[in-house]
Amino acid sequence: MNEIIPLIRCRQLTLGYGNKEVVRDLDYDVNVEDYLCVIGRNGSGKTTFLRGIAGLLPPRSGTIELCEDLKRSEIGFLPQISVVQRDFPASVEEIVLSAFQGKKGFLPFYGKARRERAMECMALTRTESLRKSCFRELSGGQKQRVLLARALCAAERLLLLDEPVTGLDPESAETMYRVVKDLHRNGMTIVMVTHDVDAALNDATRVMNFDQIAAKGK
Amino acid sequence: MPELVEKLSFYLEFPFVRYAIIVGVLVSLCSSLLGVTLVLKRYSYIGDGLSHVAFGALSIAAVLKLTNNMFVVLPVTIAVAILLLCRVGRDTRIKGDSAIAMVSVGALAIGYLLMNIFSTSANVSGDVCTTLFGSTSILTLKIEEVYLCVALSCVVLLVFILFYHKIFAITFDEKFAQATGVNATFFNLLIAVVIAVIIVLAMNLVGALLVSALVVFPSLSAMRVFKSFFSVTVAAAVFSVMCSLVGILIAILAGTPVGSTIVAMDIVAFLLCYVMGLIRGRA
Repeated sequence: MNEIIPLIRCRQLTLGYGNKEVVRDLDYDVNVEDYLCVIGRNGSGKTTFLRGIAGLLPPRSGTIELCEDLKRSEIGFLPQISVVQRDFPASVEEIVLSAFQGKKGFLPFYGKARRERAMECMALTRTESLRKSCFRELSGGQKQRVLLARALCAAERLLLLDEPVTGLDPESAETMYRVVKDLHRNGMTIVMVTHDVDAALNDATRVMNFDQIAAKGK
Repeated sequence: MPELVEKLSFYLEFPFVRYAIIVGVLVSLCSSLLGVTLVLKRYSYIGDGLSHVAFGALSIAAVLKLTNNMFVVLPVTIAVAILLLCRVGRDTRIKGDSAIAMVSVGALAIGYLLMNIFSTSANVSGDVCTTLFGSTSILTLKIEEVYLCVALSCVVLLVFILFYHKIFAITFDEKFAQATGVNATFFNLLIAVVIAVIIVLAMNLVGALLVSALVVFPSLSAMRVFKSFFSVTVAAAVFSVMCSLVGILIAILAGTPVGSTIVAMDIVAFLLCYVMGLIRGRA
């Protein structure tokens, strides 16, 4: 039995937008080597929770603590595709390589090791043949796979996924789950927000259900 | 044709024509580089709003009878740029576009009002027209202004080259950049400051109302034809410099207003690129 070591510790965490509180007084630990699936209805707060962990939404009150010396630069993140990105003129390679910008080592160009790592991540997500393609000309599923490749490049210890299989065909979704599962087996901590409950529960080691959390909070 | 060349070399003898060309090339280079980011982040209108603010600040400087108006115009524009780029769009209470509309129209009105009330010259509407459309200001640059412009342009270029990848990362996906350890707040601030500097510089070239054309057109043209961020950036810079050069030369030879001639060239370039894009899309 593995020892339980918290990687991210939330205490009395309240998150919200404007004057609306979405997550209230949450105490929760994401532990090292968890494969955590976050489920719940639309608006139940699961994506808000993920944004909180990702450091995109400052807590209203309470704390989110990165433990075990985890740094932001060791986190990979797969956000949902934004409007800006739909017609963005950039090659797939440029996008995947941009994953390294948070890492240490300031250089105005990318070294060989990073280019190789980027190629590996593109191979894992079957996007290496699209390397020179323009992002805005890809299909929805291809775009999603490119963003996953970028997330993999950035992820060293923790991978955050926001509805990763949205818009993917069954085969690509299958690949996506397999890639994530392999990463987890190699020691990566995973937090995945998803609507695909059945598929997720096959692989997850823990489940966080925001429907129940919301009910308890009331 | 030989007459044209002769006429041109005659004009190039004058230092003020050479200054205009140097400043024109540098300013259009800088504005096109950051223009790509501005257009892609859906901030085109912020460029427009900022130029109006710069006009307002300029009229305040005129009222205060300052010898070098840069000391008022630059800080005010930078402050508003930071306010608009780093605050608006995050907080949804005041919608981004309406905030920009408010600020830009307000600055324009107040600027004209101030210039009218505290008018120092007999020809107020002429002065205002010059500031808004930059009809002659580029040909009346003083040597200090040229130095300042060259220095600021070099700083902008340096910042852009050093932080090119960071700027790309933040333009493409600010959330991802922030979540993976890039100091997005700092770089947004940097982009805001640089854009304000460019707008103020470009105002000398084409005038307050036409600044956003310099920012928006080259990058939109490049985006029609090119497909990677790097090629779009380089192409935008090339288009912008070419259009400005041709525009300034035509303006000198034909005696047309510099600013509007440059913008007309930018429009021609955009139309050419648009057609090229269509042809490529079919093939």
